[in-house]
Amino acid sequence: MSTADATSVGKANMTEGIDEKKRRFLIAATTVVGGVGVGFTAVPFIASMKPSARTQAAGAPVEVDISKMEYGQKMTIEWRGKPVWIVKRNKEHLAALPTLNSQLRDPNSDNTDQQPDYAKNPNRSIKPEYLVVIGICTHLGCSPSYVKEEDTHDLGSDWKGGFFCPCHGSFFDLAGRVFQGVPAPSNLVIPPYTYLSNTLIKVGADYQEGVA
Amino acid sequence: MRKLFLKIALTLLLPGMVFAASGGVPLIQANNDIADQASLQAGAKLFVNYCMGCHSAQYVRFERVGRDLGLTEEELLENLMFTAKKVGETMTIAMDKDDGKKWFGVTPPDLSVIARARGTDWLYTYLLSFYLDSSRPWGVNNLVFKDVGMPHVLWERQGWQKPFYETVTDEDGNSHQVIKKLVVDKADEAKAEQYRKEMRDLVNFLEYIGEPAKLERRALGWKVILFLFIFLGFAYALKKEYWRDIH
Amino acid sequence: MNKILTSSVEWIDARFPLTKLWNEHLAQYYAPKNFNVWYYFGSLALLMLVLQMITGIFLAVNYKPDAALAFGSVEYIMRDVDYGWLIRYMHSTGASFFFIVVYLHMFRALLYGSYRKPRELLWIIGMFIYLSLMAESFLGYLLPWGQMSYWGAQVIISLFGAIPLVGEDLSTWIRGDYVISDVTLNRFFAYHVVLVPIILLGLAAAHIMALHEVGSNNPDGVEIKKNKDVNGKPLDGIPFHPYYTVKDIVGVAVFLIFFSAVIFYAPELGGYFIEHNNFFPADPMKTPEHIAPLWYFTPFYAILRAVPDKLIGVILMGASIVVWFILPWLDRSPVKSIRYKGWIFKLALTLFVISFLGLCYLGMLAPTATRTAFAQLFSFIYFGFFLLMPWYSKIDKTKPVPERVTN
Repeated sequence: MSTADATSVGKANMTEGIDEKKRRFLIAATTVVGGVGVGFTAVPFIASMKPSARTQAAGAPVEVDISKMEYGQKMTIEWRGKPVWIVKRNKEHLAALPTLNSQLRDPNSDNTDQQPDYAKNPNRSIKPEYLVVIGICTHLGCSPSYVKEEDTHDLGSDWKGGFFCPCHGSFFDLAGRVFQGVPAPSNLVIPPYTYLSNTLIKVGADYQEGVA
Repeated sequence: MRKLFLKIALTLLLPGMVFAASGGVPLIQANNDIADQASLQAGAKLFVNYCMGCHSAQYVRFERVGRDLGLTEEELLENLMFTAKKVGETMTIAMDKDDGKKWFGVTPPDLSVIARARGTDWLYTYLLSFYLDSSRPWGVNNLVFKDVGMPHVLWERQGWQKPFYETVTDEDGNSHQVIKKLVVDKADEAKAEQYRKEMRDLVNFLEYIGEPAKLERRALGWKVILFLFIFLGFAYALKKEYWRDIH
Repeated sequence: MNKILTSSVEWIDARFPLTKLWNEHLAQYYAPKNFNVWYYFGSLALLMLVLQMITGIFLAVNYKPDAALAFGSVEYIMRDVDYGWLIRYMHSTGASFFFIVVYLHMFRALLYGSYRKPRELLWIIGMFIYLSLMAESFLGYLLPWGQMSYWGAQVIISLFGAIPLVGEDLSTWIRGDYVISDVTLNRFFAYHVVLVPIILLGLAAAHIMALHEVGSNNPDGVEIKKNKDVNGKPLDGIPFHPYYTVKDIVGVAVFLIFFSAVIFYAPELGGYFIEHNNFFPADPMKTPEHIAPLWYFTPFYAILRAVPDKLIGVILMGASIVVWFILPWLDRSPVKSIRYKGWIFKLALTLFVISFLGLCYLGMLAPTATRTAFAQLFSFIYFGFFLLMPWYSKIDKTKPVPERVTN
């Protein structure tokens, strides 16, 4: 991209020589300041694409009353357009969990993308009894079915209860952990949540200590 | 004697309440300041208590009001949110549009951008200009909005005003009565100054909700212009340097 | 580093005329060296086109072209979308500034005879750009779905109804309905966002190509291609790049300062850029007392209203725009530039400017007997400027035009 013509014009019309150094400096300085300006200008446009106040309000945390839940019951609520399940697990359910470890892909929840650190434990929950999990299969996004141990199913005689995804046949245990040999690559996602009291869960806000 | 009484009453009257003989009510300046947070807070409180029974502000979010007015979430919930549960909600009301039309003749309009549509001076004058008129369904009329469907919701803060008429003859030789002044009841005269301040606060809040970004844009604007001047300096130096070539 | 750059360019040049285009239209496109302030407005118009398109896209991301949702979606942009208010104001202020720039750009042509041979086609393409711009802003103004949006559109579309025989059917066909409605809103959105921007881009490209084919005019009206040096370069010409690129950047900076001042401190500009009445949602049952288009249409609106007959008013309004197209053939002066024309042209142009501004102002106000009389007077002068030009441009005493440009 030559400015050869400019140089010849410059040489033809100048009485003194062209100060190349000054020109290079001014070009650089103007380009830098201009570039900064363009950067500043881009900010509002890029920012406008973020979730708006309305979207954030719609995606605000949801409070759930768990006081009336029975053991084995699964409750479904909606948060950010996604189904969130709350399952009340009894002692037997919880005791069975460690026995399944050898059959699971990620028994210890080593994949930190799938749960907040306060849910990185054998039960994948804050309180052992209540599982709070996003009901979307980590394979391609279908919503799995809840299959209790006592339900009729053809998942084998040692099925201890959990979730079965009808789309491509993945299954998960009662802590949302994925079994080996199925298409889903990872455990079901635990959303951020906290207890506002012993019977009130707030889904969508991180765990605050000291309440429950 | 009556003439003297009238003269005294007129001179005692609140300033600026004299109107032209032929239409065109001169507007009283609101002189509100949207940077005054205390005023905005007072206005917000008046708005939710007196206006939101019938008027929504459906594009205004409580959370934003709280943020811009310096209120905590608790203060918001306690003072401004009567039926709404979450601060992310907008200032909508329960009144059905058709019911509103039935009761008032016209659905009470949403007030989100009323200040941009009518101007703060108009709104201020409007709120100060209700007067008793037994011919109207709600017993009141308004100087800047003839035959308005709205009752004088703020009567307990202002009191009631009575119109004083004068005879005016127009170019064609016809004479008719026009309102010269509005006089508030003697018992309510003490409220007058406080009422004006409250209406200034209310109109201030209406101006704010009309364009919440106004304070932000003014704060950002001078920085942008300053930057452009700096850029202009460099660009001009560059131009001058190259144009030394040209004669 | 330089080697990589050079070989990359060579690779491209073997497959795409990059360097050729660069040279032909920038580094070796010779423009007259005596451009003055009137010559900034072309590049500024291009800037405005780009700006309106970018801000327009980001508005379209959030806007809803539905009669029940449109007004609310604009308030959503103003309040809930991060920096939505800024993008909205850039677009609304941009529309008005686009017209300011374009009117000044056209005025330059009147001053220096830039529409004269061989630039007649350049001028005509420019006039089509102006028409497209009017269409684009008219379509765009319906979108906020306020009282002015609705009733302004209602009035203007009903003008088509004045056309005998086909008028009513034509209006209905344009609207897609018997009155302005959600149907109209949706199609105007499609035209505003897709159809007319594509037309504008095409016309802008054609405009620059036509310009580069014959070369730019200049304040002296002297054809610089008449005097070339030994290398075939015009003696009074300088390469557009870097001299005018660098100068136009200064122009852009100054322009953006004014632009920003309005956006950040007076986006409504007292109701001239954003009308107060448009903050009332459209109400088909309630006609506003005073309907007026935005300021850039008011000169023509004033001419329309000055005529007591509806059809003739429409025809004259149309004629007031069409007459610009034939300007190259109306000007019979032996010289191009006002610098060398006589007092008659200077007087005519002055009267024209006063009339244009007068009509612009009158078009904003409610009509009265006096105002209509003035509008009629100004309309006469307006048309007289054009239609009498073949006569007065011939008898006007001109000065000798220099061979070379002056400073």
